[in-house]
Amino acid sequence: MSEMSGKPGAHTRLSVLKTYKLFVGGKFPRSESGRVYEVTDTRGNWLANAPLASRKDARDAVVAARKAFGGWSRATAYNRGQILYRIAEMLEGRRDQFVAEVAAAEGLSKAKATAQVDAAVDRWVWYAGWSDKVAQVVGGANPVAGPYFNLSTPEPTGVVAVLAPREPSFLGLVSVLAPVIVTGNTAVVAASERAPLPALSLAEVLATSDLPGGVVNLLSGRTAEIAAPLAAHQDVNAIDLTGADAELAKELETAAAENLKRVLRPSAGDAGGEDWFADPGTRRMLAFLETKTVWHPMGV
Amino acid sequence: MFADATASDTALRRFLHGLPGVDAVGLEARAATLGTRSIKTTAKAFAIDLAISMIDLTTLEGADTPGKVRALCAKGVVPDPTDRTAPKVAAICVYPDMVATARQALDAAGGRDVHVASVATAFPAGRAALSVKLADTRDAVAAGADEIDMVIDRGAFLSGRYMQVFEEIRAVKEACAREDGEDAHLKVIFENGELATYDNVRRASWLAMLAGADFIKTSTGKVAVNATPANTLVMLEAVRDFRAAGGRQVGVKPAGGIRTAKDAIKYLVLVNETLGDDWLHPDWFRFGASSLLGDLLMQRQKLTTGRYSGPDYVTVD
Repeated sequence: MSEMSGKPGAHTRLSVLKTYKLFVGGKFPRSESGRVYEVTDTRGNWLANAPLASRKDARDAVVAARKAFGGWSRATAYNRGQILYRIAEMLEGRRDQFVAEVAAAEGLSKAKATAQVDAAVDRWVWYAGWSDKVAQVVGGANPVAGPYFNLSTPEPTGVVAVLAPREPSFLGLVSVLAPVIVTGNTAVVAASERAPLPALSLAEVLATSDLPGGVVNLLSGRTAEIAAPLAAHQDVNAIDLTGADAELAKELETAAAENLKRVLRPSAGDAGGEDWFADPGTRRMLAFLETKTVWHPMGV
Repeated sequence: MFADATASDTALRRFLHGLPGVDAVGLEARAATLGTRSIKTTAKAFAIDLAISMIDLTTLEGADTPGKVRALCAKGVVPDPTDRTAPKVAAICVYPDMVATARQALDAAGGRDVHVASVATAFPAGRAALSVKLADTRDAVAAGADEIDMVIDRGAFLSGRYMQVFEEIRAVKEACAREDGEDAHLKVIFENGELATYDNVRRASWLAMLAGADFIKTSTGKVAVNATPANTLVMLEAVRDFRAAGGRQVGVKPAGGIRTAKDAIKYLVLVNETLGDDWLHPDWFRFGASSLLGDLLMQRQKLTTGRYSGPDYVTVD
């Protein structure tokens, strides 16, 4: 009380530190292992403790993603688009928080961090619009010599494991996550190992955006440790290796071959080989789609 | 041994109400504590195989068809076609009219040692005249059932007519007699979810054991609350105390709501800690389950291959 007595009305507040947690099945659990690791800014100053996910967290995340797949893949494209757009709205509302987190995590100026967050929000909106258009681009009626309709439609692959790029921590994450879920896949994401905080905060946005629990599951920790069980998991249908270095990517692709997972390799060169601010194109969406073709009699 | 206790309605009531009350808080705490044991590697492999061999693989739906029963039998005999080292289940549990189909299918699939269990006595409600219940039982036994799962009359039990329940179990036990002299085993289902208190579960356990049950079973799987670790623990303790007091060894079967390998292993820990090795055998402990087998097989595949398995690699039902 004594230090407050000088100035009436003024008082020292206890600092309220945020406990960053995983995001699995729409809930925010701690790591099953009870472990955390220190996340620092580029100068080595402590920012927060992030959960250090174990292989069992990865397993639980896959179970949650599988459970969510039925509902999410059957939702109408319109509905999925609306939900993705809603996520963009929520991101916009928490822009300042993400700018601060990105700036701290990557040692960026406020202007550069703002540019990254803006680009990320714009990318959500861009992908949200694709939900009901992708089928028109890669599906359609095929010409056949007979009295049949022959129709091809793209369908989601299933549960997709995503290794988010190490940098940019936020734009990179959004750029690999949105194309996976917009088409109806569900995702288990290993966030950037060094800068996981923007990803863990994104989970809070996802949880309040009508996105069904389990569609996106976010894990933080050692990428290699989380990725190995995901790549070998028989109930994961595809894996995006963007966040893996060349050596790890090779190892994971070998493990992924066991159940013929679809594999999206990291772009050539080092992991920074991709220009994240450029127009992403449809490559990432199409990597996780299966084409279903049906024959249908035309009738008389 | 317990002739005094069952001499008359009054004596039976006095005996059952003289059983010590259950400390509900302590019971639930103990069941929860035992559930936190970590069972890994070789112990886990042992527990998974033991659990598979203890399953009464069950289908009790109005929509059961002979085809579905045959498929279930094939699965019971060879649970994992990709790994023949997986043990067979203990029994296939069906409605009485499917017993013959199940027996035939099991024999054809090389599962002569897999039992056929049949629910009877107007399962699951048990609301029928005694003569109907007995006819139901005889029918199932005649069709080749090795085990009969009967339901007690919860209405009579809850209104305190213990002697009526007692005599009904006796009569069904007699109806389990087979021509070859070997009786079908009788499992007595309490429907713990309807008995309301742990004290009642303990009383029902003793009542059934006194009346000649070979097994006591938690529930039908048709109501909201089925087997829980706590109510199963009460029954395990009753079985232990019954033998310690000079009675026979009686088996226990939790049924309903046990869906994961983790759950099953928790129950095995309860058995081991309460009853010991004597009961860790399919003759004395069973799981009434249908989807449990799939999860056990997935865990088994994980242990043998080192990779997490998925529902695509086990049968749907």
